[in-house]
Amino acid sequence: MNENKKEFWRWKEYNWHDENKDPKSADIISAGVDVGSVSSQAVILLDGELYAYSNMRTGSDSPNSAKNAMNWALENTGLTIDDLHYTVGTGYGRVNVPFSDRAITEIACHARGGNLMYGNTVRTILDMGGQDCKAILCDEKGKVKNFLMNDKCAAGTGRGMEVFADLLAIPIEEVGEMSLDVEEEPPPVSSTCVVFAKSEASSLLREGWSKKKVLAAYCSAMAHRVVSLLERVGVEKDFAITGGIAKNAGVVKRLEKELNVTALKSKYDTQIAGAFGAALFARTLTEKQRKKASA
Amino acid sequence: MKANYGYMDGSGDFFITIDTDKCIECEHHACVSACPVGMFEIIVDDYDDEVVAIKEEYRKKVKYDCGPCKPTSERPPLPCVEACTPGAVSHSW
Amino acid sequence: MITAGIDMGAKYVKVVILQDGTVKGKAIVLMGFDPLEAASACMKEAAEKAGIDPGTIDHITATGAGRKAAPNANSDITDVGAAAKGMVHVKEGVHTVIDVGAEEGRAIKIDAEGKVIDFAVNEKCAAGAGAFAESMSRALEVSLEEFGKLSLQSDKSIPMNAQCAVFAESEVVSLVHAKTPKRDISRAVHDAIASRIVSMVRRVGINNDIALIGGVSHNPGFVDAIQRSLETDLIVPEEPDYVSALGAAIVAGERNK
Repeated sequence: MNENKKEFWRWKEYNWHDENKDPKSADIISAGVDVGSVSSQAVILLDGELYAYSNMRTGSDSPNSAKNAMNWALENTGLTIDDLHYTVGTGYGRVNVPFSDRAITEIACHARGGNLMYGNTVRTILDMGGQDCKAILCDEKGKVKNFLMNDKCAAGTGRGMEVFADLLAIPIEEVGEMSLDVEEEPPPVSSTCVVFAKSEASSLLREGWSKKKVLAAYCSAMAHRVVSLLERVGVEKDFAITGGIAKNAGVVKRLEKELNVTALKSKYDTQIAGAFGAALFARTLTEKQRKKASA
Repeated sequence: MKANYGYMDGSGDFFITIDTDKCIECEHHACVSACPVGMFEIIVDDYDDEVVAIKEEYRKKVKYDCGPCKPTSERPPLPCVEACTPGAVSHSW
Repeated sequence: MITAGIDMGAKYVKVVILQDGTVKGKAIVLMGFDPLEAASACMKEAAEKAGIDPGTIDHITATGAGRKAAPNANSDITDVGAAAKGMVHVKEGVHTVIDVGAEEGRAIKIDAEGKVIDFAVNEKCAAGAGAFAESMSRALEVSLEEFGKLSLQSDKSIPMNAQCAVFAESEVVSLVHAKTPKRDISRAVHDAIASRIVSMVRRVGINNDIALIGGVSHNPGFVDAIQRSLETDLIVPEEPDYVSALGAAIVAGERNK
């Protein structure tokens, strides 16, 4: 009984900090907080190098979510929010971050963060978030050349995937691998709209399709849709994928196949790109501020 | 920078593109008053440039709000595209 | 001459049987898993009501999304064509037909004979269709029927942010948590769909009289929302579900001559 009530979409929250680094010895402690509609991340840099981060579910109000994410990133570091020299807020809730010094759009932050996380050869960044999907073309400095964001429609977003995980009662983290475990690739579900795709999937299950096969059909429809979104900005190498869906191999592998490119790997967590970029902006802005003060 | 405002859903692609490199040169931003629903606004973007953008509240429904300017037959030129002298505004649909 | 129109919709099959231009029998059957079986059952039921043997029908014209799969059909016609033809037969003087079902919406401009002059379609996205209201009524835990009635009790306009049905569900849930009365949420939902439908109508031009057919025309909240948005009254036929099947049956008669 309880098994049925399980929330299959719910993923684990986490935080991390580098125990080998000493924040006391840093000249600039900069921070970025990315308040998305589904998840919030905070990143703390010591002189531009990653020191700590967190990833949490966004609660019902942005100011608290921003604060909670930042405090969780700061946990056991001996630092508090007051120790941060400069904080940039980004994401959907960026204007509601009480302790931030400036708000910058998630587009600019993703380009900047992607440039560091994947190296400055990265030209196309695809961010697949909880409630939006962004395609960004950027230059070697991480400056945006062309972008589009789709936050109108749930197809191609993490939320759309959550609806499927729930429908099939499969934990969201297992969806990608399970969808790859099929003997033959089924045709993608034909409906783009998540509402219609869901009813299509229900009838496929009634027809006797396995859950794995249905997942494969949905993952490939999602990949196809994202490809057509990317085509609007044009894909240039090198290509990187950020956001929660970057962790879903079922979508990523199909996406790579259709685009005929391999996405760059990064040693960093794919979900912190926006907050990372915000923290990098924060570092530059601290330097600017200091220059101005000393002039 | 090419800024695409709008979305893609099951029924198609609906984007209004603003080429900010062209927009930046414009002094009068006539598109702002040309749009009958007032979708355009002047903003200072993340790189501190003054450019035109589509207001947040319209981005998710451009297909519907642009509807009256796009009758199914005898379509006149779009007022925003016509007003933009540097040629920075374009529609995807 | 006996003719029949069969409307293979997304959710229901509808059949109308005409004898020399008069309706003799009609039936509606849930589509279910097997469209062919549902279509045959619906045809059989309508024929029984008409008191005829299905084999004696001179011409069957199919319409609806699944029209190509209709069994024993002699010809087919688009949803738009069938709706236009059926509507002028039900009510003279109609120049605009709004047809909104569970999965799609259409605005059709027609002439006095029911010929299509122009049309606009909204499909493949639940935002502008009945499925949007269905999702929201589930989120509010009220029946679809109650949901439409509830909206008539509200006089408050709350704008809805989300356009997508999936995102709107979370918005509805947070409105519930914020203790917003269900009637106001219901009105917000109906107003949101209505504004999308009306923008589609504006694309073909608003020409009175305007008729509303399709599944959502059963929903009084929806009728009210569209009327407010259009600032004009709508004609809702008594049996809106059968208009397209009737149109197809009339076309069958024309084609059999």
